[in-house]
Amino acid sequence: MKYKAIDQDDILVLQEIVGADFLIPKQELEEDYAHDELQTVHAWPDCLVQVKNKDQISQIMKYAYRMNIPVTVRGSGTGLVGGCVPIEGGILLDTSKMNRFVELDPINMTLRVEPGVLLMEIYEYVEKEGFFYAPDPGEKSATIGGNIATNAGGMRAMKYGVTRDWVRGLEVVLPNGELVSFGGKVVKNSSGYALKDLLIGSEGTLGIIVEATLKLIPLPKYSASMLIPFPNRIQAVSAVPKIITHHVLPTAVEFLEKESLRFSEEYLGKKIPHAQYDAYLLITYDGNTQSEIDYDIQRISELCVNTLGAIDVYLIDTDERKQSVWSARGAFLEAIKASTTQIDECDVVLPRSMISEYLDFTQQLSQSLQVRIPYFGHVGDGNLHIYFCKDDLEDQKWNELLTKGFEQMYQKAFELGGKVSGEHGIGYAKKSYLKEQVGPTQIQLMKGIKDTFDPTYILNPGKVIQ
Amino acid sequence: MNIITCIKQVPGSSKVDVDPKTGVLIRDGSNVKMNPYDLYALETAYLIKEKYADTIVKTITMGPASAKKVLEESLYMGSDEAYLLSDRAFAGADVLATSYSISQMIRKLHPYDLIICGKQTTDGDTAQVGPEIAEFLGIPHVAYVTKIEEVQEDGILVRTSMEDHEEQLKISFPCLITVDKGTLVPRLPSFHRKQRFTGYSIQTFSLKDLEDKDPSHYGLEGSPTQVEEIFPPNKKRDSISIKGDKKTITNSLFEILKEKKYI
Repeated sequence: MKYKAIDQDDILVLQEIVGADFLIPKQELEEDYAHDELQTVHAWPDCLVQVKNKDQISQIMKYAYRMNIPVTVRGSGTGLVGGCVPIEGGILLDTSKMNRFVELDPINMTLRVEPGVLLMEIYEYVEKEGFFYAPDPGEKSATIGGNIATNAGGMRAMKYGVTRDWVRGLEVVLPNGELVSFGGKVVKNSSGYALKDLLIGSEGTLGIIVEATLKLIPLPKYSASMLIPFPNRIQAVSAVPKIITHHVLPTAVEFLEKESLRFSEEYLGKKIPHAQYDAYLLITYDGNTQSEIDYDIQRISELCVNTLGAIDVYLIDTDERKQSVWSARGAFLEAIKASTTQIDECDVVLPRSMISEYLDFTQQLSQSLQVRIPYFGHVGDGNLHIYFCKDDLEDQKWNELLTKGFEQMYQKAFELGGKVSGEHGIGYAKKSYLKEQVGPTQIQLMKGIKDTFDPTYILNPGKVIQ
Repeated sequence: MNIITCIKQVPGSSKVDVDPKTGVLIRDGSNVKMNPYDLYALETAYLIKEKYADTIVKTITMGPASAKKVLEESLYMGSDEAYLLSDRAFAGADVLATSYSISQMIRKLHPYDLIICGKQTTDGDTAQVGPEIAEFLGIPHVAYVTKIEEVQEDGILVRTSMEDHEEQLKISFPCLITVDKGTLVPRLPSFHRKQRFTGYSIQTFSLKDLEDKDPSHYGLEGSPTQVEEIFPPNKKRDSISIKGDKKTITNSLFEILKEKKYI
């Protein structure tokens, strides 16, 4: 695609729309805006515009559409696949200042928010009113706009689903500047094609989310977790399906290993209780009465210790205890990053029954390539986060091993019925693997959709299928 | 070696509301937990037990029958025995009457070498109960212990953290320490231990079991502190805006923090 390069006239027009203080030209821009959290993809925009309302976005898009200027949307920049990196330059449209709570509707149990509201702000806002927004992606400083754009998942997905399940309606500015509303406050909707759901997870390539109506439920009053050590990974992972089918669905089932805990201990500078075992499950239950939770925990503890070979079951029931274990789990990504010089990650999702085999394969690959590959995962929903660590490898060798390793990792995942991404998206970094996974027919269908929404390909060019 | 650990059940959340009319704490009976500082007291005891095989850890608390829950928790964490001190006669006890009651109970659990308390509770926050128990028992005590350096034949070597310095002290048995967080990581309650304690009955002591049976020494009657009024804290927030260049802003901020004694 050929795009118009931004010149001084364009800058003046954009300044007119957002105000001079809210347009930052490339030369004055901090380097952070040229990459995302993982920093594997780098590209500079010609300018950053910080928008304050949907009207400004609409005006910007009308202009960009007319002038054929590429536009990439950015929230907090916490993505991991280069989704918010402006590959073709142009305008980087920052929605993080659009962070108003528009309406909490207690009757319909919905929350209308602007896209720049942070996930952690949503929790705080709704929980004090007794409501619950369940999606729980690890990165709490991500914006809701970014979460919707990637269909972010998180640890509670197995019980409560992913972001897509919690979005009732979207207001979107299309590439030509037109404002369109999809869905609404309704619980059911069987009216035509599910365009709202198509926009969720489209990674900023079809439209710009300018407002979202989220679904809420009453806040579960109680929750408790169990830290369950097993003699080895195979026993831990094989226990998961039995736990899930045994009783009520857990809220979250996480898999941890000694090595990841050690990284977290080093990174956080504090010890984690009972960190001496090789493999763990971290299982959470929530509910509305303490007795309900106590019952769930008792049943699963008995199952794990008496039948599934767990070494013990440790109870995590108070704020202090939750903090002592969950802070370690929450710090895994940062801890792994801090343990090496560079990382790249694989966010595959597999049928739960295939996880053990896949992790075996990963360990063998780590040995054969001589690359350190720590991992952790939401084993309850089959989503693994696997990190290749550069350590002291030279650049060329690292790139070689990474390409070779990733190729094999994805190939194996597809063989086992897995998908490229469970929750981080395709962005720029995983495009080739998506092509390989879905094949030409599906890519063609996706291209047809892209053509319909964005015929001139000005929105987030170079991403997902392009 | 015989260790007695003193623990308390406290509200599960620090966000306890006060009824603005009556001044009474609005307690959610089901939302309770072990005082977080007591977790460190227990961990200190368990680490000693792991090192010295013949150590027995007894855990005690004073409170209503429902406080047995934290005692059970201590058994699941590593205590060998647990005892509850509970009697209507103890209701309304202030720090002094509480300490006296507990010291009376500890006399019943004789012999002991070491008593370990958390440095304070998160509801009362006085940090006085531990030292007062020791005074009633007439034994030496050290507060704010951050580390047990060494357990010796006739006493322990401890490190204690005061505001502006640390001290290393040798204290002779029998003695009492209150412990601060230090570098300890409290262990979690274990399901195996829970199974092991199935059927274990926590013994309850009441006034009639104590040496001093005079009810006027306990509860509200035995408390020299009378609460005049409880009122919710003022949650109003003030903000000041400081304008000027970097230097002016920094200096003004420094002056304000200094004036308010934050630095």
